[in-house]
Amino acid sequence: MEVLSAVAAWFTDPAHWQGEDGIPIRVLEHVQLSGSAVAIAVCIALPAGLYLGHTGRGGFVAINIANLGRALPSLALIALGLVASIALGLGLGFWPTLFALVPLALPPILTNTFIAVRAVDRDTVEAARGMGLRESQILRQVELPLALPLILGGVRTASVNVVATATLGALVAGGALGRYIVDGLALQEYDRLLAGAILVALLAVLTEAGFGILARKARYSGNAVE
Amino acid sequence: MRRFLPVLAIAALVIAACGGGAGAPSADRPAIRIGSTNFSEQLIVGELYAQVLEAAGYKVERKFNLGAREVVIPALESGQIDFEVDYLATLLAFLDKTAKGSTDATTTAKTLDEKLKAKNLVQFDFAPAVDQNGIVVTKDTATRLNLKKVSDLTAVAKDLTFGGPPECPNREFCAQGLEKVYGIKFKSFKPLDVGGPLTVTALDGKQIDVALLFTSDAIIAVKGFVLLEDDKKLQLSDNVVPIVRKDIADKGGSDLRTRVNDVSKKLTTAELTELNKQVGVDKKDPKDVAKEWLKKQGLLK
Repeated sequence: MEVLSAVAAWFTDPAHWQGEDGIPIRVLEHVQLSGSAVAIAVCIALPAGLYLGHTGRGGFVAINIANLGRALPSLALIALGLVASIALGLGLGFWPTLFALVPLALPPILTNTFIAVRAVDRDTVEAARGMGLRESQILRQVELPLALPLILGGVRTASVNVVATATLGALVAGGALGRYIVDGLALQEYDRLLAGAILVALLAVLTEAGFGILARKARYSGNAVE
Repeated sequence: MRRFLPVLAIAALVIAACGGGAGAPSADRPAIRIGSTNFSEQLIVGELYAQVLEAAGYKVERKFNLGAREVVIPALESGQIDFEVDYLATLLAFLDKTAKGSTDATTTAKTLDEKLKAKNLVQFDFAPAVDQNGIVVTKDTATRLNLKKVSDLTAVAKDLTFGGPPECPNREFCAQGLEKVYGIKFKSFKPLDVGGPLTVTALDGKQIDVALLFTSDAIIAVKGFVLLEDDKKLQLSDNVVPIVRKDIADKGGSDLRTRVNDVSKKLTTAELTELNKQVGVDKKDPKDVAKEWLKKQGLLK
């Protein structure tokens, strides 16, 4: 109970809500970092997944390669990213962390997109083809809307993983919510450490919930196309 | 800085085992087993004393790289080693958690003396060389703002970013002390690492203006950083000091004491930093580096 009241006191201290180490800034940094990582991963994995799913070729090879992103330890990627980032003059913090987070976000998005497109009823696709739609039109107007809920599920998984892992950025002098955890440990201020962990968990749950709502909306619009 | 150099240690041990000392050990020159902890500065400093004593006819056995102080001090107390090199204030804090080191080396040494006596250990003269928290800026910044001493920062700190270990803001010998003793209040503090690569990179890449590094860190010289003089004596006196078992010190008498003190006398922070650089950055063997330095100082023929 003592710990809980210490954490509660930490949250209610107005000093922790302002300045560059304040909660709003740290949350914002966390959202920026995670958002950028997921956005980059979507830009890579979505077109790749759609193409592979539409043609039905080479999908499993690509998915297996992307799955390496899950197997590689994020800590090692951050360390590698740090070396690369220094060499490229990009500095500490944001870029090395981004380098580690993108490979983590790729596999769920790629896998879900590929499977979602493959799962679209072949008869529907054939019907569209019979109506004279071009392949790109089939992809955009038939397969993508029908696959969207499952694709969003992939983005959701990726986002939750990224939000939780972005805390590692503090190890390479990044900002974000990991700062509270790393500094809390170094300062032996365990209220700060716990507060950081709670904030990250909260953000992850919110992300999950947000994508849940989005997926439901997508399902309705998908039904409308059907 | 405190890199683990097992290869070098093994090399040193092998060379020591094969090389042998000059001249046979005599009755009043006891065999001395020199131990050390596990970072490169310790291996170099250990070599300095080992080679001088060897040349003087002592039979020296190197037991370097034993581990942290938690291993080395008990080894010394129990007689598994006879000699090790330590740091005044840190050793004092290790031997007695409640003892308070001083910013004055002589005072710290005096307090340490009592603690050592209880353990049948003695200290020889401490060296001028200090390994402690150092406030460091780039050469550019030093020139631009005309910085030589830490107190020069007081007027300009409000525009500067300070970087160091995450625990720095709550530490007496870091941000807190800088504010209390020097009246330095930086624009902001960036949590990095403990005198490691993040801090160096951040300072090099101008993400921070002022960094906390260790005073004898070779990287300061390599990068051409400027170590500001702790003119108001914020840092405790962590001078390099040889610690010897009392029975060996008695047996060795004034000869042993003089030979060891002669080395310590010449060992300044600048010299120690240069030694660290040759091993840590130029990747030279601590044994060669030590020999070269001793010759240059006229301590070895």
